[in-house]
Amino acid sequence: MRFFIASLKRDLLVHFRKPSEILNPLVFFIVVISLFPLGLGPSPEQLSSVAPAVVWVAALLATLMSMDQMFSSDFEDGSLEQVLVSDQSLPVYVAAKIVVHWLLSGVPLVLLMPVIGLVLFVDGPGIWAMSISLLLVSPTLSLLGSIGAALTVGLPRGGLLVTILIMPLYVPVLVFATAMVQTAIGGGDVTGFVYWLLAILLLSLSLAPLAATAAVRISVDQ
Amino acid sequence: MLVDVMLQVQGLGCERDRRQLFRSLAFSLSPGELLQIVGSNGSGKSTLLRILVGLFTDFEGDVNWSLEKPPLYLGHRVATKDSLTVKENVVWLSELHSEPVCDAGISEALASLGLTGFEDTYCSHLSAGQKKRVSLVQFLLHPNPCWIMDEPFSAIDIDGMAYLESCFQGQISGGGAIIFTSHQPLAIDNTINTLELSE
Repeated sequence: MRFFIASLKRDLLVHFRKPSEILNPLVFFIVVISLFPLGLGPSPEQLSSVAPAVVWVAALLATLMSMDQMFSSDFEDGSLEQVLVSDQSLPVYVAAKIVVHWLLSGVPLVLLMPVIGLVLFVDGPGIWAMSISLLLVSPTLSLLGSIGAALTVGLPRGGLLVTILIMPLYVPVLVFATAMVQTAIGGGDVTGFVYWLLAILLLSLSLAPLAATAAVRISVDQ
Repeated sequence: MLVDVMLQVQGLGCERDRRQLFRSLAFSLSPGELLQIVGSNGSGKSTLLRILVGLFTDFEGDVNWSLEKPPLYLGHRVATKDSLTVKENVVWLSELHSEPVCDAGISEALASLGLTGFEDTYCSHLSAGQKKRVSLVQFLLHPNPCWIMDEPFSAIDIDGMAYLESCFQGQISGGGAIIFTSHQPLAIDNTINTLELSE
């Protein structure tokens, strides 16, 4: 636990000292979303009907942008080797990386949701559904993404490869989350979707860190 | 705990990119032993050290450690984060050894490595030699029976080298062992056993 907190603090400090890596995906997210009203025209009906898909696709891409950095910077400067050589537990280190990624890429997106919802003329229940679904899904995105990030550590131009590897895993999440927001906008009951998203979250919470840990070991073993 | 043999290696062979680096290598490491791995560039010195610490597993043969904690390892990459200060780097690296260190200990270790006044300097502002010194702080802060060092003297100046040599002597006389690679001659009184890797 001590090592978990130490790693968490260190990574947060590193990111706050170099904020461009956190801010770039957020700016990207806002820019992509604000282009849609310009491209589609300012009709509220049309915008609110495409809003769930637009928001979700933009959120997935923004999350993936920062993904390849998860382990590669520690790999390049040799800190990852030191973790592997020491008797500290590697899963703890991986878990800290995932939590930091979620705090810096998932949580800001959740906080941005109400504003984004207003931009796209989504009504009250729709905004709620968007925020809650993103709150449930963003940890899943970080967890699943960590597997791809761990597999591509040490590869040049790993970013694109992460996207190709991880996108298929994101599809179920995308399907349920978009459906949940659309149902909420139509005034329907979203409990079923919440359960599905929670189930996927729990599944990835239990399996992804193990897979990422194994992948880190394989990637460094060269 | 005093052991006769810290490390026993038998029948070690490694092939990389269809090139046999070494085969049926056998050696052991006892307390108080200084073992230098020598060989030309690309002869597999770094790979051998990586195998010993468990960072590279594609080899044949046996590597048996009889130590309670893993050896300290210094690799080619210095394990310092550019956006953290010297002290922050040292503190995190110390966490890896589950032995929290006090500020006074850190200052003392930094002073003996000639880094006084650099505690709050970002590592991005340090030279290659200074970064190397930061990663060497671990070896002063955390007593360990075995040091494994890949090119500890590269990028280190003459004064630093003299200091490192005295650290080597301290480690050896304290019953510790060191395995290292270096292309520089070492000016110390202890016997240096060598292991030559040749094709």
